[in-house]
Amino acid sequence: MQQNQQSLSGLSQSPRSPQSEPFLSVSVIDPVKLGNGVQAYISYRVITKTNLPDYQGPEKIVIRRYSDFVWLRDRLFEMYKGIFIPPLPEKSAVEKFRFSAEFIEMRRQALDIFVNRVASHHELRQSDDLRLFLQADEETMERARAQEMVIFKKKPADLMQIFKDMQAKVSDVVLGKEKPVEESTPEYEKMKHYIFELEDHLSEAQKHAFRLVKRHRELGQSLSDFGKAVKLLGACEEDALGKAFSELGGRSEALSTKLQIEAHHLLMNFEEPLKDYVRAVQSIKATIAERANAFRQHCELAETVKLKEINLDKLMLTRSERVGEAEIEYRELKAESEEATKRFETITRLMNDEMARFQEQKTLDMGLAFHEFAKGQAHLANDIADAWRSLIPKLEACSSS
Amino acid sequence: MMGYDHEQEAKEEESHLYASPEEMETLVLEDHPSSTDHPANLAASSFSALSRHPLSPPPEIFTTTDSVDKSDAYSFAPLSPSLSHHREQRSPNSSFNSFLEPPSYADAMFRSFDGEPSEVDGHDHSELSNSEYIHISVSDPHKVVETSNSLVPGGSYYYTYLITTRTNVAEFEGTDFGVRRRFSDVVTLADRLAEAYRGFFIPLRPDKNVVESQMMQKNEFVEQRRVAIEKYMRKLANHPTIRKSDELRMFLQVEGKLPLLKSMDMASRMLDGAVKLPKQLMGDPAAVVLLDEVVQPAKGGRDLLRIFKELKQSVSNDWGSSKPLIVEEDREFMERKEKLQDLEQQLSNVSQQAESLVKAQQNMGETMGELGLAFVKLTKFETDEAVYECQRARALDMKNVATVAVKASRLYRELNAQTVKHLDKLHDYLGMMLAIDNAFADRSSALLTVQTLVSELSSLQSRIEKLEVASSKIFGGDRSRMRKIEELNKTLKVTEDAKCCAVREYERIKENNRSELDRLDKERHTDFLNMLKGFVVNQAGYAEKMATVWKKVAEETSCYARGLS
Repeated sequence: MQQNQQSLSGLSQSPRSPQSEPFLSVSVIDPVKLGNGVQAYISYRVITKTNLPDYQGPEKIVIRRYSDFVWLRDRLFEMYKGIFIPPLPEKSAVEKFRFSAEFIEMRRQALDIFVNRVASHHELRQSDDLRLFLQADEETMERARAQEMVIFKKKPADLMQIFKDMQAKVSDVVLGKEKPVEESTPEYEKMKHYIFELEDHLSEAQKHAFRLVKRHRELGQSLSDFGKAVKLLGACEEDALGKAFSELGGRSEALSTKLQIEAHHLLMNFEEPLKDYVRAVQSIKATIAERANAFRQHCELAETVKLKEINLDKLMLTRSERVGEAEIEYRELKAESEEATKRFETITRLMNDEMARFQEQKTLDMGLAFHEFAKGQAHLANDIADAWRSLIPKLEACSSS
Repeated sequence: MMGYDHEQEAKEEESHLYASPEEMETLVLEDHPSSTDHPANLAASSFSALSRHPLSPPPEIFTTTDSVDKSDAYSFAPLSPSLSHHREQRSPNSSFNSFLEPPSYADAMFRSFDGEPSEVDGHDHSELSNSEYIHISVSDPHKVVETSNSLVPGGSYYYTYLITTRTNVAEFEGTDFGVRRRFSDVVTLADRLAEAYRGFFIPLRPDKNVVESQMMQKNEFVEQRRVAIEKYMRKLANHPTIRKSDELRMFLQVEGKLPLLKSMDMASRMLDGAVKLPKQLMGDPAAVVLLDEVVQPAKGGRDLLRIFKELKQSVSNDWGSSKPLIVEEDREFMERKEKLQDLEQQLSNVSQQAESLVKAQQNMGETMGELGLAFVKLTKFETDEAVYECQRARALDMKNVATVAVKASRLYRELNAQTVKHLDKLHDYLGMMLAIDNAFADRSSALLTVQTLVSELSSLQSRIEKLEVASSKIFGGDRSRMRKIEELNKTLKVTEDAKCCAVREYERIKENNRSELDRLDKERHTDFLNMLKGFVVNQAGYAEKMATVWKKVAEETSCYARGLS
């Protein structure tokens, strides 16, 4: 496979011929501000190019907003436990920043990456919710989104489960079993510890990366101010010296622009990938929580089944009329327990695969980010060196005259 | 009799003193900014405070970075103000020729300080005629406890500093010598120079810093003062006229008590003046102007009457209906003065922006370093916890980036230290603006003296005329009036002599102003050009180094790049 070509935008190569390998490629573009006042929001065009049979091909365009993406992710998280669902960019906390060009661009880029990751994941791409998201018209999408908003959206069986969970928690506390049951295989412990500590390290690096962007902007600004001031000083001096000052001022201002450009490049191609990495790790933590839940359910149900079995044997010995009823209950519970166990085992298996994939992908992602970082810095430094160097002969000429 | 006081005193008694600006606060005849409040000084002090910020690059930098050539055996101490103590004289142009060698200025920047003339003491920009030099250094502060009449038991003390000079100037008897001086000696030297060299751009002496000294730790304060005195001495040695002065020579060479007359404080001067005033007002014939005094400004002197007269004259200049009889008519001077004011403003502006630039560079370096360290930690973490092979690969990439980021951070710090040094020239010139203000003030006050004497003369003449007319009307003459006329004529003669003296003094000061302005223009031209060169070479050199190290990492990670670009 073309693993080495796998980049942030996923499998986006166009087919060699229409009947060849199935592909699904998505772009998120053209942010547009809609609505008024407090209810204003940004909508994006989502273009899907595909040759998959279930999709309306070859191309379909829909309009989506941020909350639609959130819906998709929530659905995927529900349906595909064990898989590391790609992260979404955060909701904006600060009101006035919400519509700044930079924020919108960063968000658009992140959403594009999100959808493409989903589309290139061998399991996730088969999701019906994904298809709905990519293909349905706006009203259908809105209806789907609205349904999710219902607070007790869970099915009755799930409600029972929630109730049971609460019961179990209470009885645990009452019985003095404070700690919920947790798996503790050494490999899994190591992985959990790794993930939690990784988040800390990455957050720190991302914080400094963000600050570095700011420093570039500040340096750019002060170079611009400095250049202007030097030019004014040049106006006080005559002839050669005045010209020298004025040239220096001009160079300084030109470099200011280059710094602003590099600041933006650094933000989009280094800081954002780092932030994305942090989000991905947080997503893994959520999956870890899901796994813990599944494990607990599996344990508890297994316990309950054992108890039920003992009870059933007792009833059979005493030839009670309740045997039939108990037997049915027992069988149901057994099935449930087996389901829970299966769920847990699936999650475990998936997570192992996902972890391997994740590490591979991150090495590529970070490699690219580092490359962009180094490239940007090298270019900037070269530009700076060239700009200043070009002044030297002029200054030489001044002093000899 | 109105007139200037005749002073018969012998040499022992102090002559008129030139008041430094801060002492004139109670008797300001013109708008004169106190030197401690001048924005230039504020900027300069915060600027140099910045340069003393933990920016000093550790000397071990040069052994750890591989991008440094082995040829850079130059030992690097960029922040020390006493950097070039024993630097021999070098022609300012020779090292700049080496800058024309393409392509790398990375090495050149370390040599850029060789040719800086201002680094070397006693050097001047143009008159390197006999390769004369005067190297001065100030060191070794000693605390001396004052034993006599201190009200506080064991309380009063002062510091003395060792002032060592190395010179080949013939006027000094000897080539290496040292004396101990205290700060008040420096003040005395400054005052005597100000009197003797009216019209010259005399470097400003270090501040007295009374309030600040209470706030600081003693050794901090003493060190700051030591540095300030040293800078001042070097500036004096750098001035082509002042370096030849007797006052400076005596200060540098004569052991024991400084043989210069001490400056008197304001109160005593006023007191003396108050004593003389009644005699002057009574028209004591002896109370006529002494020619010596005419060549000093009225302000800060002891002749209260003269101060009042000149004050009156200046008010009439500003508000009177008729123009004074002699005015500043040197058009060229006025133009140059205006240009200088403009220059000062722009210099101040640039120096402020330069400070921001330095801060921004510093921040950049710090953040880059922090980022590098964060990645170093991450690298260690990934390596320790690696389960998959790709983690090790990632850790390696990360390590390369982290190493370069830390290197770049150090480069920024060095760059900054050099930038501060270069742009410090701006502060020197801002400081000089104050000296120029003083020189122009000398001129104005000399002019004011002339104007006052001229109106004095004309009023005397009109009085004489009136008396003559009145007396001629009386047959046989009017004895008392005749006597009065005789007295007035005497006063007239003395006043005329004084006026001639004052005019000569005024012309002398004008000439000093002019020659100094020429010198300033020339030196400034050279200094600023060197400053620009230094700055630019510095920036180019460091940028080159950074480009090199980043390029390497970019190449190492190029396998991750998309096939597009």
